[in-house]
Amino acid sequence: MPQPRTDSEGGALRIEIAEGQDVVQVRQRAREKAQAAGFTLTEVTKIVTAASELARNTLEHGGGGWAEVGVVATGVRRGVRMVFHDEGPGIADVDQALRDGFTTGGGLGLGLGGSRRLLSELTIDSVPGRGTTIVAVRWK
Amino acid sequence: MERIPILRMGDTLLVTVQVDMHDQLAVRLLDDLTEMITKARARGVLIDISALDMVDSFIGRMIGDVAATSRILDATTVVCGIQPAVAITLVELGMSLAGVRTALDVEKGMELLRAAAQD
Repeated sequence: MPQPRTDSEGGALRIEIAEGQDVVQVRQRAREKAQAAGFTLTEVTKIVTAASELARNTLEHGGGGWAEVGVVATGVRRGVRMVFHDEGPGIADVDQALRDGFTTGGGLGLGLGGSRRLLSELTIDSVPGRGTTIVAVRWK
Repeated sequence: MERIPILRMGDTLLVTVQVDMHDQLAVRLLDDLTEMITKARARGVLIDISALDMVDSFIGRMIGDVAATSRILDATTVVCGIQPAVAITLVELGMSLAGVRTALDVEKGMELLRAAAQD
């Protein structure tokens, strides 16, 4: 399987997530990259919304971290790839965390499960006590 | 401190959200609106989100909270101007904004509030 490459317009800059305003920055970056990849308005909106949910998780549950958003292409496919990383407490039960309504915070528990519905791929790599890395892709 | 302005027109409060809200700003709006409903003895709240190009679960919850809180304070909340792409995304996210009255635009929203006041 060919490795995704980050093309020129997709230079994935790292955005530090330390406060609420940084979540807005991640949303704006996701919008730019999704538009650059040629997604329709509805698709852009879905990508931006998922970016917002995942960035908020990094902040609220991970205690802060960083995000990278870039355009990817494999063969004829193009998409947007987003990585979210934190060194927080980690997710004890990933399957449970993906279930709608499950929350350890004060939210609705729609963040992870909802984001997975809005995107093509969502991979969660979490080690309790060490942190969480989420790789999310939406293909065209 | 950054705030979203709330306009008062008779017994109706009007909010037009024009910035990409971070969470604290959304929470502050809920607090300010709740206080204003009581202070101004408002019967209706109209929230125009036509300029919002994204509503995630946090902002969606805030909208639901405004609607529920205003109902307890004897005021009706109508949210208007939700963009089609935002509506599609909200449903896919798992939020149907149940319990929130919506209208296509400000004019229709005002009509809804007037009708609610006559009930």
